[in-house]
Amino acid sequence: MRVLTPTTLDEARRAYAESPDAVPMGGGTDLLVHWPSHVERHAGTYLDLSGVAELRAMRWTDDALELGAMTTYWDVQRDDRVWDELPLLTHAARQVGAVQIQTRGTWAGNIANGSPAADGVPVLMVYDATVTLGSASGTRDVKLDSFYTGYKQTVMKAGELIERISVPRRHDPAAERPTTFERFEKVGTRAAQSIAKVGVAVVRQDSGWRVVASSVAPFVMRCPTVEALLDSGSPLGSPDDLLTAIRGDVKPIDDLRSTAAYRERVLARVLFSLVKEERAQR
Amino acid sequence: MPSSPETISIALTVNGEALTLEADPSDRLLDVLRYRLGLTGTKEGCGEGECGACTVLLDGVPVNSCLVPAWQARGRSVETVEAVAPASLRPMLESGATQCGACTPGVVVCADWIRKHPELLERHPMRELMAGNLCRCTGYDGIIDGLRIAIEEDDECAS
Amino acid sequence: MNRLEGLSKLTGAERYVDDLDVPGCLWGMTVRSPAPRGRIRAVRFDKLIDWSEFVVVAHRDIPGANEVRLIELDQPVLAGESVRHVHEAVVLIAHESREMVRRAVRAVTVEIDPDPPALDFRVDPTPEQIQHGDDNALSRLLIEKGDVEAALASADHVIEGVYETGAQEHVYIEPQGMLASVEDGVVVVRGSMQCPYYVLNALTHALGRDESQVRVIQSATGGGFGGKEDYPSNIAVHAALLALKANRPVKIVYDRDEDMAATTKRHPSRVRHRTGIDAHGKLVAQDIDVLLDAGAYVTLSPVVLSRGIIHAAGPYACPNVRIRGLARLTNSVPYGAFRGFGAPQTQFANERHMDVIARTIGLDPVELRRRNLIRDGDQTSTGQMITDGTDRVGLLERALGDAEVELKRSEHASFNGASPHLRRGIGLSTVYHGGGFTGAGEVYLASKMHVAGLPDGRVEVRSANTEMGQGTTTIFTQLAAERCGLAPESIVIATPDTSRVPNSGPTVASRTAMVVGRLVEDACDDLKRVVGLDADAHGKALSDAIREWCAARPDEEPVGKAQYVKPPHVEWDEETYRGDAYATFAWAVCVAEVEVDLRTYESRVIDFLSLQEIGRVLNPTLARGQIQGGTVQAIGWALSENCNWRDGAMANNQLTNYIIPTAADVPPIRVEFVENPYEYGGGGAKGIGELPMDGPAPAVANAIADAVGASADAIPLTPERLMAMIPDAQLA
Repeated sequence: MRVLTPTTLDEARRAYAESPDAVPMGGGTDLLVHWPSHVERHAGTYLDLSGVAELRAMRWTDDALELGAMTTYWDVQRDDRVWDELPLLTHAARQVGAVQIQTRGTWAGNIANGSPAADGVPVLMVYDATVTLGSASGTRDVKLDSFYTGYKQTVMKAGELIERISVPRRHDPAAERPTTFERFEKVGTRAAQSIAKVGVAVVRQDSGWRVVASSVAPFVMRCPTVEALLDSGSPLGSPDDLLTAIRGDVKPIDDLRSTAAYRERVLARVLFSLVKEERAQR
Repeated sequence: MPSSPETISIALTVNGEALTLEADPSDRLLDVLRYRLGLTGTKEGCGEGECGACTVLLDGVPVNSCLVPAWQARGRSVETVEAVAPASLRPMLESGATQCGACTPGVVVCADWIRKHPELLERHPMRELMAGNLCRCTGYDGIIDGLRIAIEEDDECAS
Repeated sequence: MNRLEGLSKLTGAERYVDDLDVPGCLWGMTVRSPAPRGRIRAVRFDKLIDWSEFVVVAHRDIPGANEVRLIELDQPVLAGESVRHVHEAVVLIAHESREMVRRAVRAVTVEIDPDPPALDFRVDPTPEQIQHGDDNALSRLLIEKGDVEAALASADHVIEGVYETGAQEHVYIEPQGMLASVEDGVVVVRGSMQCPYYVLNALTHALGRDESQVRVIQSATGGGFGGKEDYPSNIAVHAALLALKANRPVKIVYDRDEDMAATTKRHPSRVRHRTGIDAHGKLVAQDIDVLLDAGAYVTLSPVVLSRGIIHAAGPYACPNVRIRGLARLTNSVPYGAFRGFGAPQTQFANERHMDVIARTIGLDPVELRRRNLIRDGDQTSTGQMITDGTDRVGLLERALGDAEVELKRSEHASFNGASPHLRRGIGLSTVYHGGGFTGAGEVYLASKMHVAGLPDGRVEVRSANTEMGQGTTTIFTQLAAERCGLAPESIVIATPDTSRVPNSGPTVASRTAMVVGRLVEDACDDLKRVVGLDADAHGKALSDAIREWCAARPDEEPVGKAQYVKPPHVEWDEETYRGDAYATFAWAVCVAEVEVDLRTYESRVIDFLSLQEIGRVLNPTLARGQIQGGTVQAIGWALSENCNWRDGAMANNQLTNYIIPTAADVPPIRVEFVENPYEYGGGGAKGIGELPMDGPAPAVANAIADAVGASADAIPLTPERLMAMIPDAQLA
């Protein structure tokens, strides 16, 4: 096994360019699962990002909350302002595994891993996050809701690392908050230490709805048909009234954790209940 | 021990003691603690980061040591159950927090961390913070009761 | 008294088998069958590996009999000609490097010519699937009392129901493991186990040695729940075979996914009820068919079936009962002991059925139980007259009051009307559990106990019963200290080491405090006699007498002995399956409050009360812990612990996909005791370990049925399953 241990961002970009088959390692909470049994992984090359200080930093600018590549779920929970301004991030962070996972798991790792059941991706996506990709050739920004092209397929090119995630702030901190409805519902296999069977993150502002669903398609995705239906203001009498739109956007499957039928029906019911709640409070 | 000829050198602090050790690159922090340092208090219950029996503090926060590559612990501070003061365990002993003992070291490390940071409980219920430690024997009441009593006693001592 | 080894466990000082560091030790692993049934055509070893570096053991290397000694001898230690289940052990490999063993195991291919497997226990096997007798029945049992058909024919109501329970994986947090070595010609095996003498018997049989050539020592055991009752014998023999061939110590510790996939689980069940009720809501006929999936080998299935059918009719008085039990072979990984041992399965069915009966005839489920709970003077299904003096109806009333059932029912009515998508309900169960081995089992075991005096005046309890978290060490110390009038510090509990302790029987069947604890007391009394004192001698007089005795006979030790004596008035007929099935029963009432989320069909328990009558409570903290732990384990079985099957083996064999409750999934479990000391139990105790497993699942299912009207007749009642029952439940 070879382990590359850059200490600066520049070193990391160059090391990855030189060894494009290296596997980037963030918090290791996915790669290390059943590690002793995966003997074939013991001879690989790993790019350890944990020594690059620039990638750890989490900072607030006037326009955005910037998460570094090594920012963990726990880091976000330790920042009071996130609870207040971007509450879905803390809400999701608390539901990732348990504390021992939250202190190691990174938002960037969650994005790069591309699991359709990701917990961090839905709330970042519903908050319209932007991912900054960097390599030895430079950087580029990609909207998170354009990041995935298929099951575990992303727009990342060889030699590119996720360096930063920008979450736009939605108001002037000094002003009063605009009317916003925001929710993240994770339907897991139990209250903690669970993988989502269905996930849905919604935000409604004056500009309309953003709906992101997880575990019901090959990747975490926006649901444009559902958004259009909700924005149209059509009355909804029951969860069934959402099914056509849901089927236009997602395609859940059967797997070890749940069934397609459950996922589809529960997504409809949870969405229905959220929309009813939002309309009642408006 | 793996018999690969290549070893790596890792300098870290374990239970307050700075040391440098030789490890196989494919060692996890759990393997280094148990098999190279003989600190067998930390247990392996699942190897997949679900049960929490392998919980240690890494730079002061709880982690599953079965998911940490040994080389990521370089330059860091690790605290295991062996560093928890035995005298501090009396409330958990009395509340029935341990039965078979397999989950116990991980429970103690996480509970001791919560006890030292009680402000966490303003935002997180105790059962949420302990949810990463699976127990099959106690049903959790003995653990939660013991931790609650310990924190109450700390509170009384402080005031 | 605090748990004596508690501090050792809390500090991480307690050493389990994987913590034992033995110089020169090799790691052992197992090559397993990929197919559920067939003939082994070949075992191929990949030529890219230098096999001379490894120790390899196959069935031909077994010096004794290639049989895992248990009730029957049908299970091979290592498959030779054929296999009967996926993951059946075929070849063993050892090497100094654990990583090398992992690579080697992957480099061995077991080629199978497949035969048609029987994978569904609920259907009769086809001719090609017959592997035992003429119908794959591993065990059939019958209990009959009165005339059930006549009573059904004349009953005012006949209510039928079918109930199913799924397999359950133990998930002891310490995986299974054994360490074997050869020391001065003696095969020594240390490891995680409940029953050292079961392991000893398996070793002597498979190694072809007598008991003087084998020694078994229990190491600290991180949970068992029955999962380490019979299976450890397999691993012990495996490790011993490797150690003998290598002439070096060998350690086998299962990875969690291997442990979940390859070791035993709780028997799945299907139970059919046909019940006759009269116009007064009294049971007049109970016709019950109990079907268990036994898996590929007999293991303990006949005894699980036995306990299951004996408890199948519940703690009620009914004059006409017929219970037919069948344990059927399938090509699934063999099932085995799991806390409750058949009784949780059949009592789930019966307690759900009681609620179904009540709703059908328009009676409150509480009232139905009130009218039918067994009173002193009534007989059980096997004709055992209950005379223990416990006021079972009083237990029910107390539980109803303490759980505030009436208040909650009215609160739920308004809550459910107001909430857009949450529904609450409350359900109960009344259950029982016989202590000790069934019928003549304890007589057959003939358990022995030694209590020795040490030269310094202390007393050493020598028993084969093991500590696995349930409190054996502390309880035996308490009993011996009380009997001898000595401080706990003067009592030593010997490590269960077959070279030092007699066979006091297995640590199972809720017998440790009740049956074996009594032997501890008897042996203490005998020790007094040995050192020349009366049975009521105690304290300093006793320790002085021990010291003097030892000083006068330097090469001897005073050993008090006891052997199991059946309590008087316990009569059981194994042929007719009638009489006193157990020396005594313990009783419990469980009340569960649940909240169901109609958006997601998830159910969570928001309050739980367990009221237990377990004789005299020897140690309240330990007893409460047992009940709370068993309750949460049963809640998991009821709601989330689902096994996905592929070819009769567990496909979801990781903790990420086999869902046991976390601390965030369960409420505080409220436990209350009503004491009624049992005259023949150690310290007045009845059995405690398994009763907590019997009540919660049906109480939770009844509560869900109360909340949402679903026919909660199969567990685990996962959200997916509940959705299928109430798909269109209205969201407000």
